[in-house]
Amino acid sequence: MAVVKSSRGALPRFLLPLGILALLTLATLALAITTGSVSISNAELWQVLSGGGEPLHRTLVFELRLPRALSAFGAGGLLAVAGALMQVLLRNPLADPYILGLSGGAAVGALTSMLLGLSAAAVSGSAFIGAMVSAVTVFGLAHGTGSWTPTRLLLTGVVIASGWGAAITFMLAVSPSDQLPGMLYWLMGDLAYARSPWPALIVLGLISIIMLPLGRSLNVLARGQMQAAALGVSVRALEWTIYIAASLLTAFAVVTAGSIGFVGLIVPHMLRLVLGNDQRLILPAAALAGGALLTLADTLARTLIAPEQLPAGVITALIGVPTFLYLLHRSR
Amino acid sequence: MLAAKNLIIDIPERSSGTPLSFAIKPGETWGVLGPNGAGKTTLLHTLAGLRKPRSGTVELAGKNIQQLRRKQVAQQLAVVFQNNGEGFPATVLETAMIGRHPFISPWDIESAEDLAVARAALQKLELADLEHRLISTLSGGERQRLAIATALSQTPKLWLADEPSNHLDLKHQVQIMELLAEQATANCGIVLCLHDLNLAAQWCDKILLLYPNGDACWGDADTMLATPALEKLYNQPLRSIVSDGQRYFIPLSSRNSGL
Repeated sequence: MAVVKSSRGALPRFLLPLGILALLTLATLALAITTGSVSISNAELWQVLSGGGEPLHRTLVFELRLPRALSAFGAGGLLAVAGALMQVLLRNPLADPYILGLSGGAAVGALTSMLLGLSAAAVSGSAFIGAMVSAVTVFGLAHGTGSWTPTRLLLTGVVIASGWGAAITFMLAVSPSDQLPGMLYWLMGDLAYARSPWPALIVLGLISIIMLPLGRSLNVLARGQMQAAALGVSVRALEWTIYIAASLLTAFAVVTAGSIGFVGLIVPHMLRLVLGNDQRLILPAAALAGGALLTLADTLARTLIAPEQLPAGVITALIGVPTFLYLLHRSR
Repeated sequence: MLAAKNLIIDIPERSSGTPLSFAIKPGETWGVLGPNGAGKTTLLHTLAGLRKPRSGTVELAGKNIQQLRRKQVAQQLAVVFQNNGEGFPATVLETAMIGRHPFISPWDIESAEDLAVARAALQKLELADLEHRLISTLSGGERQRLAIATALSQTPKLWLADEPSNHLDLKHQVQIMELLAEQATANCGIVLCLHDLNLAAQWCDKILLLYPNGDACWGDADTMLATPALEKLYNQPLRSIVSDGQRYFIPLSSRNSGL
């Protein structure tokens, strides 16, 4: 009898919310594809997807709107999963993916290439390098000689982040005025320059799969380093894995869409309020919900004051700031 | 079961100490006594393999605990820590469930059996009604009982508990000590860091005295719990009284010593 392991009860508990979120994701993607300067009805969208439809619609869907919507989905999912991981790593429900200065490093990289007038690909590449430089610096300094406590990691990250902040302000101050709008849009987070959605989606998929068997260990780590070690978790290896995974997720998100704020903070936080604290559910749920939220935000950003476009980060901040303050107030 | 061999625990700025060599046998309850800062917690963590010793070894079932995989250790040995309730939000049941972690493979999820073990542990510590409460809403005593319930659902052969009676009211103190005695009867080895000499006198077979300078001595409870030795250990005058064949220690102060 001891051999029979019944998993009934646990799986449906995970599948129902994930199913609902998957439907929600499809709905936001459909909305993103059908809304815009030329609106496409659901019937027309079906024709396009099944291989027919008007050429204009085909171009709109496959070359413009779908790649952009998928980029938004990818970036949002990356940020939300990175946020969920950071929150466990720092045992702080209010941590976000940028808290350790990653977005600052990416921004300095991206702005430098913009100042030098390099191509969009170079901007993405140097943003990625900037993010990694920041991640490695924080990792090395926080590790130092002593132990790697969450407080030490957090303080190191916050100080490095403010250093990047100063560098960004300096670069904005010395930049020619015609380049400023592009830079500010990048800093706010904007999907207008999103290139291929595939890097983001592939990284999101890969890291989600790697994290799947680690989910229960994350639950144990959430109870503290000592307790986790006493329960058989190799804490240091797990923490390094989380840190590296969260850094990669954030770097790819930032490269895809600039430093979009709040998705990585509020999505995991809200999911935990609704779905509880089991990371095995929270991580895939965060991938879907974060993706859906940013897809929706980007759709709003390009339609609210059309033909003008807002950076998507403005929308996520407009949604995020009041939500966050409300959650903070609620959590005593 | 668990043995210390020439063990010197690593405490910063302590030059040396008595090398500890003892073996905890199944069914024994050891009490570690010592004043604040003597290194009781450090010793407990070193015995659990969570801290490296300065020298010497800790052996679990004949193998150096530092070289065993943490998961193997966790399948045999549970630690009850002094500070609980830190960390992330989680419910009472989720917390008790993590005691099953060492027994579930990474790709598996908890079975109905694991759930039953965790529920039984909560029941035993009178926490069953709080199953869905968040830890942050629990009182200190309830958290302490939850920590013990988590260890209980780990079904360990060895218990290392750091002041398990912390925060507990008298009834629950007795309940916890009875639970640990029950575990000892079921052939578990138990190590407790204690501040309460009377609990030590009542429940422990073996006593280890740990002095702030690193000196230590250990042996049977009857011989170790001598008033002069304890007075020296705590640098505090004591009076010992016997009632119904049980010894009790009372700290003396200017108020009750008649000085």
